[in-house]
Amino acid sequence: MIDESVVSHVLGTALRTGGEFAEVYAEDKRSSGALLDDGKVEELTSGRDRGAGIRVVVGETTGFAHTADLSEAGLTAAAEAAAAAARGGGGGVRTVALTRRQVSRGYDIEVFPDTVGKADKVALLTRADETARAEAGAITQVSARYADSRKRILVANSDGVLTGDEIVRTLFWVSCVATGDTGMQTGRESVGHTVGFELFDRYDVEDLARRAARRAITKLEARPAPSGQMPVVIGSGGGGVLFHEACGHGLEADLVAKGASVFRDRVGEQVASPLVTLVDDGTMAREWGNIAVDDEGHPAQRNVLIQDGVLTDYLWDHLRARKEGRSSSGNGRRESYQHLPMVRMTNTYLLAGADDPDDIVSSTDHGVFIRQLGGGQVNTATGDFVFGMTEAYLIEGGRVTEPLREGNLIGNGPEVLNRIDAVGTDFAMGPPGTCGKDGQGVPVGDGVPTLRVTSLTIGGTAAS
Amino acid sequence: MLDELLAVGDRLVARAHPGEQVEVVVTSERNTEIKAYEGEIESLASAESQGVGVRVVRDGRQGFAYAGTLDEGAVAEVLDEARDNMAFGTVDEYQALAEPDGVPTPELALFRPALLEHPTAAKVDLALELERAIRAADRRIVGVESAEYWDGVFRSAIVSTTGVRNAGEETAAYLSVWALAEQDDETQTGFGFSTGREPGELDPARAAADAARRATRLLGATKPPSERATVVLDPWVTAQLLGILGWTLNGESVLKGRSLFADRLGDDIASQLVTLVDDPTDARAFTATDTDGEGLACRRNVLVADGVLQQFVHNAYTARRAGTVSTGSAVRESFRSLPGVGTQALVLTPGTAGQPELVAAVGDGILVQDVAGLHSGVNPVSGDFSTGAEGLRIRGGALAEPLREFTIGSTLQRLLRDVSAVGADLEWFPMSAAGVSLVIPDVTVSGT
Repeated sequence: MIDESVVSHVLGTALRTGGEFAEVYAEDKRSSGALLDDGKVEELTSGRDRGAGIRVVVGETTGFAHTADLSEAGLTAAAEAAAAAARGGGGGVRTVALTRRQVSRGYDIEVFPDTVGKADKVALLTRADETARAEAGAITQVSARYADSRKRILVANSDGVLTGDEIVRTLFWVSCVATGDTGMQTGRESVGHTVGFELFDRYDVEDLARRAARRAITKLEARPAPSGQMPVVIGSGGGGVLFHEACGHGLEADLVAKGASVFRDRVGEQVASPLVTLVDDGTMAREWGNIAVDDEGHPAQRNVLIQDGVLTDYLWDHLRARKEGRSSSGNGRRESYQHLPMVRMTNTYLLAGADDPDDIVSSTDHGVFIRQLGGGQVNTATGDFVFGMTEAYLIEGGRVTEPLREGNLIGNGPEVLNRIDAVGTDFAMGPPGTCGKDGQGVPVGDGVPTLRVTSLTIGGTAAS
Repeated sequence: MLDELLAVGDRLVARAHPGEQVEVVVTSERNTEIKAYEGEIESLASAESQGVGVRVVRDGRQGFAYAGTLDEGAVAEVLDEARDNMAFGTVDEYQALAEPDGVPTPELALFRPALLEHPTAAKVDLALELERAIRAADRRIVGVESAEYWDGVFRSAIVSTTGVRNAGEETAAYLSVWALAEQDDETQTGFGFSTGREPGELDPARAAADAARRATRLLGATKPPSERATVVLDPWVTAQLLGILGWTLNGESVLKGRSLFADRLGDDIASQLVTLVDDPTDARAFTATDTDGEGLACRRNVLVADGVLQQFVHNAYTARRAGTVSTGSAVRESFRSLPGVGTQALVLTPGTAGQPELVAAVGDGILVQDVAGLHSGVNPVSGDFSTGAEGLRIRGGALAEPLREFTIGSTLQRLLRDVSAVGADLEWFPMSAAGVSLVIPDVTVSGT
């Protein structure tokens, strides 16, 4: 993408005003997507984004500039702008010797999406639409989206690192509206992996469409969710968003350092039930949050965050790790070359436990069973978090009974982690997610086995 | 600069094949973002980005492509790619570009050269001053999660074979701060901000005071019992609620059978106290703009008058399909996307009472200061509404102890119908809706 000697020169320029650290992150991304809605293929789009972001660190200050011009002149101008933004004391000429760091993601992309005909991509949408509509007359609207991207990145910094990666992701989702006497309800299914078009060898779009349609139809019969505290069972693969919000964000070292996390100063302490072992793993093959290197050139790692309930470590990026005199955990990520990296999760999941999933439900006298979680949000400083339920049922007398309408659940991270009293043997990853932080979205994965929280607040609308 | 953007558009439009419609949107943006932390500049980012998006329509099919550069070779490729994509679209008789409709473009004075002339050092000072002000605001403020100055200069041009050809430039700036308050090992957070078209309009003292007040007044908060209660929504919360409501009133949701209000034109859908207007021509709105995403003039659209649903917002496509005219409501996220349809600057017509008077009149209830998880707990298709909340108990007509970790639940339909008072306290936020205090009785509160 950029010649090695050019990168070296640009880093030298970036350090001219006295910078202690400089970095070039270049990206060349091609995206394509198709949307079917209302029975019509409405959008077929393709795009290209190419550019580089340059940052310079002087003391506590980071200067950053980006450019879409990858020529030596364009990069030099951006390097000068970043250096000016982070003006330090003494200048001087430094040369940066780069060592190429080879990384591997441990598997190959089988079918690059740009080698697949557009008609084949569109055909997936049409099949999903027809299948969902055929599922029941109550399905009144269907939309389906296909998206792929192929992104090459190059990262080089003044520590001498020179590395890169090629990331291919493919995503498919289908969303249905069902209409009945009770109004309208929605159901959605999505799959996304860090793979090419072989995604569709593993997943059948008709099957996804049927599941989305059934989810919407089921909810037509749903009653308003109850209101108040009760036991909650979360189904295998229903989404690890619970852990993503309850503690994942609170373990990001940038927030911890600013005192904006309830988990600050708690490494080595019991922060969760002994049944909880939580991992963030960028190396997880083919998962949505998979990376070979992070966006600062650090190889992806498998990091154990909580072991048997004890907090073992936070998540780190280059800057925070450098301040603490330790190494990054490979969690420095950014949305694009136009953004500064920060501490982010990759694939975050709870390890399987020893409980029989059926027993977890049958030993719950009264509560809520959530098969599919929605999104969530957390205030890391207080630990209070919410997450949505998009498919949920009542548990009565140890049996899953009536479906419930949508709503949020609310809890406090440290409290909820301690209230996990059963973890099943049936681990599965959930659907692909986009994690937002400070205005930047990055792809993340999550997973859980069936598990039970003894008490969570269900934010229902039923009269109490 | 605008001439250069127009020239890119002109060149591409001139390459349209016979029988083909081509629309080109070209943008150029410059942002400065400065974060302050502990008296130092944590980061200073200065960014320039440009891009082009091309839509081609022929025989009812549409194709689109974009590139994040104005490099001539890349731009030419974009048109070819959009044309290629077009072949795979479904034929739709209503698919066509917007035609100029003669509505004059409003003069909003959204561009302030002063922003361009403002030295970076002075912007840095504003960020540092903001952080100093918040730390000095209250002895219980122990830090900030972020204290930020942001500004942007946004220029765009849109040119089409149907005769649309215009260009414009806007500036905007804001300060935002998230403060951390601590007492007895408990932490609470609060935000504050100040918006303007140029740095001179920003008020760091006000942003800091708001953040400090919001954070400190939550200290000692407890979880309330589950109950049904009257809630007073703070203007910040109302603004977020309007954002969701706006989605149900856009022509696309209506035509595609995803809107609760699809068949309700002329009906009472809200309390008669509710008059909802989408007005991007109000220059006070952060999202004010003179032209929409298809190059038509923006206009003031009354959506709900005294509780009665008046109209939906439309772009050229949804209007054609609905047998009406565009309301100038085509919205584009960026040059990377096709124009959709949406509300741009929603505002409720304010009432006459300030928040303290509303609180006094309510007697007993809850003031909701902030909400969380609107994206995960509200379904605008079904209307199911459930959101995390924090705020203050209202007791004997006065604000009392702080509350946290609860949800409020209802349906969008009920919330609108049940509004029993609208505040006079209109507030503008850095988002596409303004807020006023709203009083809504009989809402489900889920807590202990």
